[in-house]
Amino acid sequence: MTVLEIRNLSVFFSRYYNWFRKRTEACLNGLELSVGAGQLVAVIGSSGSGKSLLAHAVMGILPRNAGWSGQMLYKGELLTPQLQQRLRGRELALVPQSVSYLNPLMQVGKQVRMSGGGVRSRTELRSMFRRYGLESQVERMYPFQLSGGMMRRVLVSTATLGGAELIIADEPTSGLHAELAQETVMRFRELADEGSAVLLITHDLESVLPYADAIAVLYGGTSIEVAPAHYFSGDGTMLRHPYSRALWTALPRNEFTPPKGKPLVRPARSAAGCPYREYCESASEACRSGQIPVRRVNEGWVRCIDAT
Amino acid sequence: MIRSLLKFLLGKMLRLVVLLAAISILSFMMVKMAPIDPVQAYVGADLLKVSEAQREQIAAYWGLDQPPLAQFLTWGSAVLKGNLGTSMTFRQPVTDVIAERFLSSLALMVSAWALSGLIGFAAGAAAAMNRNTWVDRMIHWYCYTLAATPAFWLGLLLIMVFSVWLGWFPLGLGVPAGMAADQVTLGDRIYHMFLPALVLSVTGIATIALHTRQKLAEVLDSDYIIFARARGERGFGLFWRHGLRNIALPALTLQFASFSELFGGAVLAEQVFAYPGLGQATVQAGLRGDVPLLLGIVLFSTCFVFAGNMIADLLYTIIDPRIRSRDGGDPLEAG
Ligand code: SF4
Repeated sequence: MTVLEIRNLSVFFSRYYNWFRKRTEACLNGLELSVGAGQLVAVIGSSGSGKSLLAHAVMGILPRNAGWSGQMLYKGELLTPQLQQRLRGRELALVPQSVSYLNPLMQVGKQVRMSGGGVRSRTELRSMFRRYGLESQVERMYPFQLSGGMMRRVLVSTATLGGAELIIADEPTSGLHAELAQETVMRFRELADEGSAVLLITHDLESVLPYADAIAVLYGGTSIEVAPAHYFSGDGTMLRHPYSRALWTALPRNEFTPPKGKPLVRPARSAAGCPYREYCESASEACRSGQIPVRRVNEGWVRCIDAT
Repeated sequence: MIRSLLKFLLGKMLRLVVLLAAISILSFMMVKMAPIDPVQAYVGADLLKVSEAQREQIAAYWGLDQPPLAQFLTWGSAVLKGNLGTSMTFRQPVTDVIAERFLSSLALMVSAWALSGLIGFAAGAAAAMNRNTWVDRMIHWYCYTLAATPAFWLGLLLIMVFSVWLGWFPLGLGVPAGMAADQVTLGDRIYHMFLPALVLSVTGIATIALHTRQKLAEVLDSDYIIFARARGERGFGLFWRHGLRNIALPALTLQFASFSELFGGAVLAEQVFAYPGLGQATVQAGLRGDVPLLLGIVLFSTCFVFAGNMIADLLYTIIDPRIRSRDGGDPLEAG
């Protein structure tokens, strides 16, 4: 069952350039994505590519000066602000990336229990902390007293407490050494195996590959390819988009050639055409105009004219 | 917890004693160096009628014929026995003068303190919640203007407008002139206190408002507010748990730490409004070279400011778990 389906999602900011003139800047542009129950989909994009905005848009917690367009469906139902408000902290959970997402002046347990607009019982919290190997005194600690590993487990636990069906993890492995990163991704795999849909947003392709079902690659504010995780293997010829292939070959275990050109974090000035065209070897005249159509291929899809 | 608190208090007391000693020596030296002849100040305008012999008598009576060091030692040993001496200006024991004056000052200072705290906090919160809008800009402008306004000037202005032109408020004094003390009502006192309290509160507002605005804006932009919303918290509960709670105590702390400004402001405000408080007594004691009273007030006000700062320090440790645990105290046991 498809839990979350995102169609043509754009997120933009309005900024005042002077007292009167307002300009909108797109940060995400025509993003497509879907994740089903029991699935772990990793969203890969370079830092600053608006990945967090994707998470915040689905949760309905974008900043005040941001707007979005497109469609988001939760279990086939249109995700409206009202629905988001009702689901947040219950069926819809966000796992943030760092300790700064906890109120420094409040005990950890109290904060974790405060989800879904109500207070969860202490026994519920305790059993869940036990599941993640957190001792009961952690409840009474303040965020600054937690070690990096404990912190991560506490943050992951917030998703479990509400019994979330859609879990969005925003860079859950950033700043972790490889071992801890593995452990964290494994916990999300567990949650997916228990039936949740997990959207794991990260820039770290390597640590999610062994656990993800599918990989969605973001570039220039849009999703350019969604492929089963096993496509990222060998010399990457199963991948359709040149940028996905470049990402794959850039990994230390492969040839280690960095992708050509600097990663494009924002959509190009003119939204028309393929965002990757400046660096693409197969770019043709047709890549410069219009919106590059999405093409279904086998088990995934790609946004490239050249793809077969 | 108890032990660290005791240690904290003991350390503070020790510091207070040293501070008081240093301040008495310094103030004493300053008074002695001031070009005021206390005998002349004591006698006042009748100087011509006072003979040289009488002058000497007066000086001897108040111990002014002794060398300064001896005077200081006499005074100091009396203070250690709990006797602050007798005020030359009021011809009453210094403790009585301070007690009486302080009570009327206290009413003034407490109302000004509460007023500036409340108004400042509300203004700061309003600015933060509407940041970068005209509300925010207005409040900023207002704060900077207020912070740059001398209190005595504002006092004169208010007297001119509200007392002289409009006649809404009395010109000064703490109670209606010529009324017996037992006839004065609470209403009279409040009526007389209103303008001075307003003036005194004005300087405090800017500090607390700007501080609150800054802190609340930080909180509202913080990641943990985002995450709290993501967990489904919302509305006033969200604002209360993560916003107000995180900034109310720091603001209160700042208010306690502002006792010195409060006292300094009171001296000026009381002078402008001829309000019979401790501040006015300070000015009189200074002008007349009334050493016992001046030193008494200095010691008292030091304790007052010190108490404010100590409360502020204590509050800090209570608010912030990080400071608490560094001091070796245990985080609150209660859940
Ligand atoms: S659409 Fe054109 S430019 Fe873009 S990746 Fe495909 S071939 Fe290259």
